[in-house]
Amino acid sequence: MNATAAEAADSLFRYVLRLGDLGLVLGQRLGEWVGHAPALEEDLGLANVALDLIGQARLLLAYAGELEGRDRGEDEIAFLREQSEYLNPTLVEQPNGDFGQTIVRQVLIGAFQLEFFERLANSADERLAAIAGKAVKECRYHLRYSSDWLVRLGDGTPESHARVQSALERLWPYTTELFAEDDLDREMADCGIAPRLAEVRAAWSARIDAVLAEATLDRPRDRPYQWFGKRGEHSEHLGYILADMQYLQRAHSGARW
Amino acid sequence: MIGAAPIIGEPASAGVAADADARVACAWRALGAVEDPEIPALSLVDLGIVRFVKTQPDDALEVGISPTYTGCPATEVIRQLVEQALEGAGVGPFAVAHVLSPAWSSQWISAEGRRKLADYGIVPPRDADSSRPVACPRCQSVDTECISHFGSTPCKALHRCRQCLEPFEYFKCI
Repeated sequence: MNATAAEAADSLFRYVLRLGDLGLVLGQRLGEWVGHAPALEEDLGLANVALDLIGQARLLLAYAGELEGRDRGEDEIAFLREQSEYLNPTLVEQPNGDFGQTIVRQVLIGAFQLEFFERLANSADERLAAIAGKAVKECRYHLRYSSDWLVRLGDGTPESHARVQSALERLWPYTTELFAEDDLDREMADCGIAPRLAEVRAAWSARIDAVLAEATLDRPRDRPYQWFGKRGEHSEHLGYILADMQYLQRAHSGARW
Repeated sequence: MIGAAPIIGEPASAGVAADADARVACAWRALGAVEDPEIPALSLVDLGIVRFVKTQPDDALEVGISPTYTGCPATEVIRQLVEQALEGAGVGPFAVAHVLSPAWSSQWISAEGRRKLADYGIVPPRDADSSRPVACPRCQSVDTECISHFGSTPCKALHRCRQCLEPFEYFKCI
């Protein structure tokens, strides 16, 4: 492989890691609700969403391993990297908080995933297009679930309204990162592999405005933002997730069941 | 889009199914008898999970299966069941590939599969016509409501009949 081809393969590897880590970290986070959700139906609902996200992450991380060409499988990539090697957006590592805060996070990221995967399904990269085509169907269903809940809570009691509005204010700044195009995003979009983030943002914004209006919630103002998980610069919360998630593989290397 | 697939199985013995068409037919018969691990009333063929059985130039059969949901915990088990069934049927060397694209759709559930789902007490997906009401499988009333978007498995949602008050499962459209 010549130098240019090797660089292109490395860029695609890092890009696929970003997408895979989003599903992996969010799936792990949501899994914390199992056994703790407010009702059995929501326990099942959140666990089902988490399972789909981890299923999507498996497809993406296995592909990343092939692109890297260093013989690392999906498990090694998922369980044996350091914090700064994770490239998920910071929003998905934020704590679950109460049920309302989890729902707000799921709507914000779910609308992004839906708009993003819809476009990625036309990627010049055949493998990514296939994974996106599968994921988009699942993400559409996830967003229906979280949006329904956001409307119930936002347009519910004064208490539920206040809680989700406050969660929205708290999580809103993290959405900046989703659309902040960097060199890697640009490179991937230039060669037709990834969608343009400006286009995804416009569609996301319209979708979010519609659900916030129905939920009688106010869209927060955009504010300065400093975290860039997609470049490996994470908030303090990721380390705790990884400690939990990686413990078994690090303590009992190669354990299977 | 198809995943990598190692070839497994013994060479086809002359007596069992030596010619290609007979091996393909034998594979379909064997797969038609494999029950879905989570909805045993249906076979993997009824559910549209088995996409194709083809003969390859190297004489191995290629069997394509599509997972229903990426997070479905039954996916690994389904692959094992497919391999066991094909080995048991003596179809000769074969490779099982995961087919990702086009993505599995509930529209692929066969008419026979829909009938079996309904007999089993699970309302089949409405796919083509989402405005059609979900009728209670017990009393046939159309006065029903969705209690939860997610049910006991990734492929089902939970509904309730307002007439007979019984909860029931509905196979999600995807």
